[in-house]
Amino acid sequence: MDVRHEAGHDREEIGAEGPDPAGPVIAGRGRRSASFALRRLRPRHPLAWGLLVAVAALVLTPVASLVAIGSRGDPELWPHLAAYVLPDAVATTLMLLAGVAALTTLIGVGTAWLVAVHDFPGRGLVTWLLPLPLAFPTYIVAYVYADTLDTLGPVQGALRGLLGITVPAGSLLPEVRSLGGAVVVMSLVLYPYVYLAMRAMLQARSAALTEAARLLGAGGFRIARAITLPMARPALAAGLALVLMETLNDIGATEYLGVRTLTLAVFTTWLNRGSLAGAAQIACVMLVAVAALIALERHARRGRSVAASSADSRACRRVPLAGRAGALALLACLVPVGLGFAVPFVFLLREVFTRGLLVGFDPDLVRHAGSTVMLAGGATVLTLALGFGVAFAARLIRRRRAGALLGAAGLGYAVPGTVLALGLLGPLVAVDEAIGSVVRALTGHGAGLLLAGSAAAVTIAYTIRFLAIATGFAQAALARLPVDLDDAAASVGARPRRVVAAVHLPLVRPALLGAALLVFVDCLKELPATLLLRPLNTETLATYVYQFATRGSFEEGALAALLIVLVGLVPVIRMVRLSDDLDPDAPLA
Amino acid sequence: MPTSPRLRSCVLAAVAAIAAPAAAVAQTGTPAGEVNVYTYREAKLVAPLFEAFTKDTGIKVNTISASSGLEQRIATEGANSPADVLLTVDIGRLKEAVDRGVAQPITSEVLDKVVPAQYRDPNRLWYAVSARARVVYASKARVAQNEITYEELADPKWKGRVCIRSGQNIYNNALFAAVIAHLGEAKAEEWLKGLKANLAQKPSGGDREVARDIAAGKCDIGVGNTYYWALMSEREPDKKAWAEATKVILPTFKGAGTHMNISGVILAKHAPNKANGLKLIEWLVGEQAQKIYADMNFEYPIRPGVTAHPVISGYGELAADPLPIATIAENKKAAATLVDKVGFDN
Repeated sequence: MDVRHEAGHDREEIGAEGPDPAGPVIAGRGRRSASFALRRLRPRHPLAWGLLVAVAALVLTPVASLVAIGSRGDPELWPHLAAYVLPDAVATTLMLLAGVAALTTLIGVGTAWLVAVHDFPGRGLVTWLLPLPLAFPTYIVAYVYADTLDTLGPVQGALRGLLGITVPAGSLLPEVRSLGGAVVVMSLVLYPYVYLAMRAMLQARSAALTEAARLLGAGGFRIARAITLPMARPALAAGLALVLMETLNDIGATEYLGVRTLTLAVFTTWLNRGSLAGAAQIACVMLVAVAALIALERHARRGRSVAASSADSRACRRVPLAGRAGALALLACLVPVGLGFAVPFVFLLREVFTRGLLVGFDPDLVRHAGSTVMLAGGATVLTLALGFGVAFAARLIRRRRAGALLGAAGLGYAVPGTVLALGLLGPLVAVDEAIGSVVRALTGHGAGLLLAGSAAAVTIAYTIRFLAIATGFAQAALARLPVDLDDAAASVGARPRRVVAAVHLPLVRPALLGAALLVFVDCLKELPATLLLRPLNTETLATYVYQFATRGSFEEGALAALLIVLVGLVPVIRMVRLSDDLDPDAPLA
Repeated sequence: MPTSPRLRSCVLAAVAAIAAPAAAVAQTGTPAGEVNVYTYREAKLVAPLFEAFTKDTGIKVNTISASSGLEQRIATEGANSPADVLLTVDIGRLKEAVDRGVAQPITSEVLDKVVPAQYRDPNRLWYAVSARARVVYASKARVAQNEITYEELADPKWKGRVCIRSGQNIYNNALFAAVIAHLGEAKAEEWLKGLKANLAQKPSGGDREVARDIAAGKCDIGVGNTYYWALMSEREPDKKAWAEATKVILPTFKGAGTHMNISGVILAKHAPNKANGLKLIEWLVGEQAQKIYADMNFEYPIRPGVTAHPVISGYGELAADPLPIATIAENKKAAATLVDKVGFDN
């Protein structure tokens, strides 16, 4: 078999997959198709196993330390939590998740459908604009909307002006600081996960079948219902899983909007009820719930293999929408971008100028921006190296047990940042003390906290937290490459290392880039773990903004917030362009 | 070993990713002339204090600020912890630090002389450096009375007219702990139920939002700290209107005074720069620092003789509750439990 040719062909398939941040979560389809005969002949790959075990151990360490903390809990707390705290927190969390899932599906699938299946004036532009809200941390958008839509905010002020009301007496609009407000705010920021996953799927996957159905005379709606949506279900599941985990992990936005979720219960149990153990216990229960969510998502993705087997990934011709229909489609796509990106962006810009934040520029900001990019960049490199490393390893091994280890490596994404930080600190210090005692034996001086006291702690936390994105992308991309490819390379005498370097790595480049961008943006926005683990005299842009936010005057941090978004925009735009490069319509290089 | 260049560059990149931060290792084995402060006070607020301290003493101050988990971090860091001093914004975190065993007794005649007994730990494990009162913001237009008791907040006459932030917030936690200390747990529960029944909306936002919601006509009275009102009125032009729509009433407990909370310090058990840490703590209760607390942060200075900012003293004659802060700390957990029990935040 001509490997080059195969590679060129497969590129198209990756194309459909690469930009798919869906890929991200935990695909984990083992190579069950491998035949027994081959398996027996296959080498044992000690290095690959070693890497898998080491990375899984790295991720599971904070979880294990959390379980250990939880097991020291005082037994009196649970009855109290079960009676007064958990029922409400669970109900609130479920309602929040359900609401965000529904709204992000509506926005994400709707817009993806429009840009993937239809053609209308401005389609090119909105394709590019729709993912932009991803650059915003949810808590910033929450502050912006709570402020803008407040009774004394500009919107209601204008409304009162229109209605001729002079003395404000209560709110004219629904309260933003509520469960409903949280659902809307979080959906506006998180829908791009669904959009990106769905768009990639919709325009590539169903092409051949759709065309066939159209030839057979099926209408657009029928095609959608019978073919496209069922096939896109795995992508929807993947996108939604990301959305839901982000929602579950959020602390800034929900706390500010007064929505008392389980994550907040972890905090209050730790801080107010004075029980770290109780907090760890709730966190462990949440972990179990998330594991169930992941299992569910995997189950939903199973259908994907059918779609993947379709070698023909030509895009179907888009149905043009002209006149009013076209204008409506454009409007439907512009609204989420406007609300999720333009409004908060303009708000921040206005604050920056009216407060003279540029003139009274805080010189420290440059330093903070530098450390932010350094930390995020370092963590991105490490995350990609480990994430793709384990994915390659699992592929070489082709065993179910390797798949399980790979799954474990993705578990960190499910752990709320603060909880992760708490769980990580103990093991880091233990390593530091071990190093310290060796150093002391050799030199007579202690080494201090090499890991826990340095930027290494934050870097490791980011890596554990976002590893799932890298492994997800890697798995999704590798799944597109036929196993025959490896076997062919092996049959001409290539060693596994060379197979990875010469065959896998070049072929998964788009996925690597996609994962890098998403991990980088997520690191930029990360707040809770950074707050707790960063070394002395170090701020990131996110912690800088948060400082003002905790003082109740986050507008003064508007410039830093704007910087987070601007720095985040670069990768997000790059991601869109990447997916455009790989657009099945676009000529492939 | 035959390794492809591509793979090698990947490995190199991974190594660099770990090594770069490790090379940037911040503070291990701090040289003399420094002090490491873990602070719940936002860096921006304490920066002028520390600048003045460094100017005064030549000691460099390294800081890390966070809104939660610092005492946990110190505890986990153990004997190698770089922390010398922990600065908190309320009594709860001080007690937490003491309970976790990360504090060491402070022996200082200066502190014993300056800080009133009510505002320090009987075992000298923590000292207050500034104080604030938790008071009532009331609508100028819709509330005529200029006196109020904390007990009255649960009076049905305020039904649907009260705004407050989360009952689990540290400042409310301390206030409710004081209520328990004064009324006993059973009556405190009744009081909390009454207060909840009076709320105009679910607890949310912060103390500034209380003033904002009063200005917006959503409620008539609310609970907030003394310095927030002053900050809005004096430093935040866009929020001045919220302050102007409200007045500050200094409430009292029946037969006692106005509930006070403190910002305070502990000296870390394994402080590597203990002498400098102690110097900083003593400096914080000195004239200059106390003046900064009063004028820049609008707090009540802890040092007798230093006067509060005119805006703060404009609230009226403060009759501080004589209840020892240590007693409030003891009731903190019971207060959190009570808030859960009556579903205050739901």
